[in-house]
Amino acid sequence: MAEAAARIGRPSREAVANAVLALALLAAPLIALQAGEPYYVNLSTRVAILAMAGVGLNLALGYGGMVSFGHAAFFGLGGYVAGIAAHHAFNYDLFMAWPVELEGTNQLLAIWPVALLVSGLAALLIGAFSLRTAGVQFIMITLAFAQMIYYFAISFPDYGGEDGLPIYTRNALPGLNTFDPLTFFLVAYGALMLAIGFTWVIMGARFGAALQAARMNETRLATTGIAPYPVKLTAFVLSGMITGLAGALFADLNGFVDPSMLSWHRSGEIMIFVILGGVGRLFGPVAGAALFVLMELFIGQWTEHWMLVLGLVLLTVVLFASGGLMGLLAGKPRHD
Amino acid sequence: MTDMASTALLSIRGLSKSFGALKATDDVTLDLRPGEIHALIGPNGAGKSTLIGQVAGWIRPDAGRIELMGRDVTRLPVHRRARMGLGRSFQVSSLALPISARRNVMLAVQARLGSSFRFLRPVRTDRRLRDEADAALARVGLSGRADAQAAELSHGERRQLEVACALALKPSILLLDEPMAGLGPEGSAELTRFLADLKREAAILLVEHDMDAVFALADRVTVLVQGRVLMTGTGAEVRADPAVREAYLGEDG
Ligand SMILES: Nc1ncnc2c1ncn2[C@@H]1O[C@H](COP(=O)(O)OP(=O)(O)OP(=O)(O)O)[C@@H](O)[C@H]1O
Ligand SMILES: [Mg+2]
Repeated sequence: MAEAAARIGRPSREAVANAVLALALLAAPLIALQAGEPYYVNLSTRVAILAMAGVGLNLALGYGGMVSFGHAAFFGLGGYVAGIAAHHAFNYDLFMAWPVELEGTNQLLAIWPVALLVSGLAALLIGAFSLRTAGVQFIMITLAFAQMIYYFAISFPDYGGEDGLPIYTRNALPGLNTFDPLTFFLVAYGALMLAIGFTWVIMGARFGAALQAARMNETRLATTGIAPYPVKLTAFVLSGMITGLAGALFADLNGFVDPSMLSWHRSGEIMIFVILGGVGRLFGPVAGAALFVLMELFIGQWTEHWMLVLGLVLLTVVLFASGGLMGLLAGKPRHD
Repeated sequence: MTDMASTALLSIRGLSKSFGALKATDDVTLDLRPGEIHALIGPNGAGKSTLIGQVAGWIRPDAGRIELMGRDVTRLPVHRRARMGLGRSFQVSSLALPISARRNVMLAVQARLGSSFRFLRPVRTDRRLRDEADAALARVGLSGRADAQAAELSHGERRQLEVACALALKPSILLLDEPMAGLGPEGSAELTRFLADLKREAAILLVEHDMDAVFALADRVTVLVQGRVLMTGTGAEVRADPAVREAYLGEDG
C-alpha cells in the first residue's frame, strides 16, 4: 500500500495484494470477536508475530541473499529477554548485582529495546563470522551458532533449562491493557506493519540498492566501489533485530518461553514463511505465515501429519510457483 | 628523463602469479601513463585477464607490486581501488542482471557520491543519481535501453553497459578486457572512435584481440606470452618485431 502512495496513478498489482493482506489480517480478529470466537483473536496475533519473524529473515534471505538457517537464535533470544525480565520482576530479585544492579521489569517499553539490543548483538557476532563464508557453509555456520545457543539454554538451569520460563502475567504497556486479546493483537499488528514499513523504506534507499546488488552480483557491487561485507552485515543485524522483537512478542503471547523457540525447527519454520510467501517480497512473510498457521490449524485438526501436507505444498510452491504465494497473487516482482 | 614510476598512473613491478605449476603472470613490469592507451595483447591463455584481475584486486599476486597514482595498492581490496578511480570492464560481463541498465549505472554513481549507508531517501526519485547515470548511458549510446533489464541486453550492449558503469565512477584509469568482442565491425569502429576520445579523460589499459582496433588506438603495446612480457613498444615497433611475429602475429604476418 505504501508503494501505491509513492506512485501517482494506478497502484501495482503487488500493492493491491499487499493492501488486501494487511486488511485481511486486521479484519480477522474483529470478525472473530463478532462471531463470538475469541480463540481466533490469539490465532491472528500468532500470525502477525510469526509473520514479523519472517519479515526479519526476509531482509537477510530475500533481499540480501543470505540464507540463514539460524534465525531461531534471534527469535529465542528476544523471547528469553521477555521471559527473564518478567521472571525477575515476578520474584522481586536482581538479574545481576555487579557491575550495576539490574532488576527485572514487566514494562514492554523497557523489554523491547533490550530484546532489540540483545538480538542485534547476537546477529552482529554471528553475522561477522558467518558472512566470511557463502553458500552451504553459510547455512551450516548460522545453524551451528543457533544450536550452540539452543544447547546453552537447555543446560542453563537458572532460567528453567529444558522446561523454560513461565511469564505469569503478560508484560505491560502504559495506558493499555495487554491482557485484552484484541489490544495485544493490535500491538503485534502495529509492530508487524512497522517492520514491513521499515523494510520498504530502507530497501528503496541507497542501502537497499547496495544490498540487493550484493545478492544479484557481489562482483558488480565491489567493482563499482562498494564493499559488500559491511552492507550485508548491517542487513543481517537489522534482520536479527526484527526477528528478535518478534520473539519477545511471541513469548508474551504464549505466556512462556522455552528452548524450542531457539531450535532449528523454528529456524526452518521461519524460513518456510519466507519461501512459501515469496522470497524478497514485502508481504511474502505475511502470506506465508498466514497459510502456515491456517494449515496447522485446519489440517492439524484431522491429522497430526499435517507437516506432510505442508511439505507437499512447499514442494509445489518451490517447483511451480517460484515467486511463492505473492508470485501467484501479484505476478513477477517489478524492478525499475 | 623523468622517473617512470612517479609519472605513471598505474605501475606494475615484477608481478608474478602461479596457478599450481602454471605461471600465469611471470615477472611482469609495465606502466600506464596519463593520456595513453596501452594495449595488452597476446595469444589465448597468455595471462592477460589474470594480469587485469591482479590490478583490479580480485587476484592476489604471489610477488611484485602494483601502484595506483604512486600509492602501493598491492593488498588493497577491490572496492577501495575502484574508489581511487580504477574502472573496469570484464571479459565475461558481470552485471546485476535483474535490474535495469540505469539501475546498474546508478549503483556506480551512488558509490562515487559517497556512503551507501543511507537508509531513508528513496533512490528512485534521486535526480542526481538518475541524471548522472543517464549521462553515462548516453555516452556509450545506450540511452534507448536505460529501462531495459540488464538480462535483456545483447552481449554487445552488456559490454557497453559495463563501460557506462565504469565511466560513472569518473575513473582516471580504465581496465578494459576485450571490449570489442561480440560487437561486430560497425560496433567495433564506433567503440574505437569512442575510446580514442575517452583517453583524454582516463588512461586505458586495453586487452584486445581485434588488431585493427589495437593498432589504431594504442600509444604503446605490450605483448604477453606465457605470462611474460615479450616486448613493449609502439604499434609499429611491435609489428616489425620478428619475435612477436613468430610468437603471436605469425599467422596474419
Ligand atoms: N583461477 C585459475 N586457476 C587456474 N588456472 C587459471 C585460473 N585463471 C586462469 N588460469 C590459467 O592461467 C592462464 C592465463 O589465463 P588468462 O585468462 O589470464 O588468459 P588470457 O590471456 O586472458 O586469455 P584469453 O585471451 O583467452 O582471454 C590460462 O592458462 C588459464 O587456464
Ligand atoms: Mg582473457
